[in-house]
Amino acid sequence: METAINRLTLRNKLRTYKKHPVSLIMFLLTVLAALVTVLVFVALIGYILIKGIPHLSPRLFEWEYNTENVSMMPAIINTLTVTGLSLLIAVPFGVFSAIYLVDYAKRGNQLVSLIRLTTETLAGIPSIVYGLFGYLMFNVTLRMGYSLLSGALTLAIMVLPTIMRTTEEALLAVPDSYREGSFGLGAGRLRTVFRIVLPSAMPGIMSGIILAIGRIVGETAALIYTAGTVTGVATDLFTSGCTLSVHLYVLLSEGFYTNEAYATAVILLILVVMINALSTLVTQKAASKGGTT
Amino acid sequence: MIAKYKEPAMRLVFLFCACISILAVVLICIFLFVQGFPAMANIGPFKFLFGSTWDPDASKFGILPMIIGSIYVTAGAILFGVPIGLLCATFLAKFCPQPLYRILKPAINLLAGIPSVVYGFFGLVVIVPAMRQFFGGSGKSVLTASLMLGIMILPTIINVSESAIRAVPQSYYEGSLALGATHERSVFHVCLPAAKSGIMAGIILGVGRAMGEALAVSMIAGNQPVIPESIFAGVRTLTANIVLEMGYAEGLHKEALIATAVVLFIFILIINVSFSLAKKKKG
Repeated sequence: METAINRLTLRNKLRTYKKHPVSLIMFLLTVLAALVTVLVFVALIGYILIKGIPHLSPRLFEWEYNTENVSMMPAIINTLTVTGLSLLIAVPFGVFSAIYLVDYAKRGNQLVSLIRLTTETLAGIPSIVYGLFGYLMFNVTLRMGYSLLSGALTLAIMVLPTIMRTTEEALLAVPDSYREGSFGLGAGRLRTVFRIVLPSAMPGIMSGIILAIGRIVGETAALIYTAGTVTGVATDLFTSGCTLSVHLYVLLSEGFYTNEAYATAVILLILVVMINALSTLVTQKAASKGGTT
Repeated sequence: MIAKYKEPAMRLVFLFCACISILAVVLICIFLFVQGFPAMANIGPFKFLFGSTWDPDASKFGILPMIIGSIYVTAGAILFGVPIGLLCATFLAKFCPQPLYRILKPAINLLAGIPSVVYGFFGLVVIVPAMRQFFGGSGKSVLTASLMLGIMILPTIINVSESAIRAVPQSYYEGSLALGATHERSVFHVCLPAAKSGIMAGIILGVGRAMGEALAVSMIAGNQPVIPESIFAGVRTLTANIVLEMGYAEGLHKEALIATAVVLFIFILIINVSFSLAKKKKG
């Protein structure tokens, strides 16, 4: 550990700081910056929890949405549908392209560098641009209209780079000796990939998928003009429906339901905390698995 | 019979999937450019980019106020976010005791995961009223949006910078100590300069996030389509322009909004290229 070097007693430290006041100032500045960050964190989470929890009533989880009761249940159901649907599209494509990049493509392939470049570009595009593109391509050109499917397709493209990159890292982390062992036993490339490489890389791939879920749940800008803002349970893939984040945005822009907005924000926060905890768990599992091999 | 073709067939499937990202970028470019560029030509490229009046009812589509608004707000976010983020990353990497780190790191990861609407909401109910009280006016201003975006890009900058600082070989730090420098001097004069390109990459990533943020900004920036006269005046960004008017725009107005997205897209592409350059320098 790095702290083992230059470990000083408090007295020694104070003496050093007395001799080097600039060092003391720098130290205090870093502590101050960390404090500011913590303060922002506590203020943000605390404020929303304190304001929101008292308004979390069972009524807000009723099935029906109407102007008297802006229930968030339909939005929660839509969130689940959109998340599932986007992953259903993005995961196979993301994982398969990572497999191509790691296990099939030859080194120095021109196509590979093009794929990397476009993936990086995709990762940097703002969500509102995705939203506009989704609207133009799926809603208008493919005539889907405001629909869950259009929203899910847009989000699938948006999270594709996330899934690709994490899967690629996970596949690269699988030792080559595993592959060689499998080839040595007479297995083909395909069998090696599905039986040996993918199972070993599973925790890494899972953490990528969880990251993608987090992005989908929190997304608003890409959904307003694709999945739309209709507040009800979408009965099929071609009807419009809003997810929880969009629901919160709509409540805020209408401006009548501040209390309900607080409650919705609390539920969103809880979702994010759960997704983060899950991601930590999976990452730890991946790390411990890497340790034993 | 099937087994014989399975290998090459799956190889093609993998190849096809890998090309999806290329296809996606091409499609995004086509859909935006095909409608965006003709609109720009129609309005007049110069009038569109450098016109300072945005008045769709009078068919005046100048997005200079929005371009300047985006730049102001992003610059403000850097001013707030970078010093705090960088110092906080230094603290995490070089000063933080292990038990504290186990609490701080998940907190910062949580900040990174909070949806932008929730940030916008917080800005609307906390920062805007506070600004109104301190500085008067409506509270929705360049300053408010900058502060908000500065907070939003904090986790990005902290996480990327921290891993860049941690990647600096320990021997650099030890060498500096051996020469008699204090811990702080070693960290700030040796470790940070060595991690420079990684830190730059983090900052550029943060800039991209700040510039691309749409909803949170549109909720707290005031959205007047005029060039802001002071940091206490309201401002409209490129992203907010699209979010606000896309819902009801028709005809040339709609195309002008798509052209706005094209301008934003080009800005982001420039930022991306500088990001890859910063990263390449590191490698």
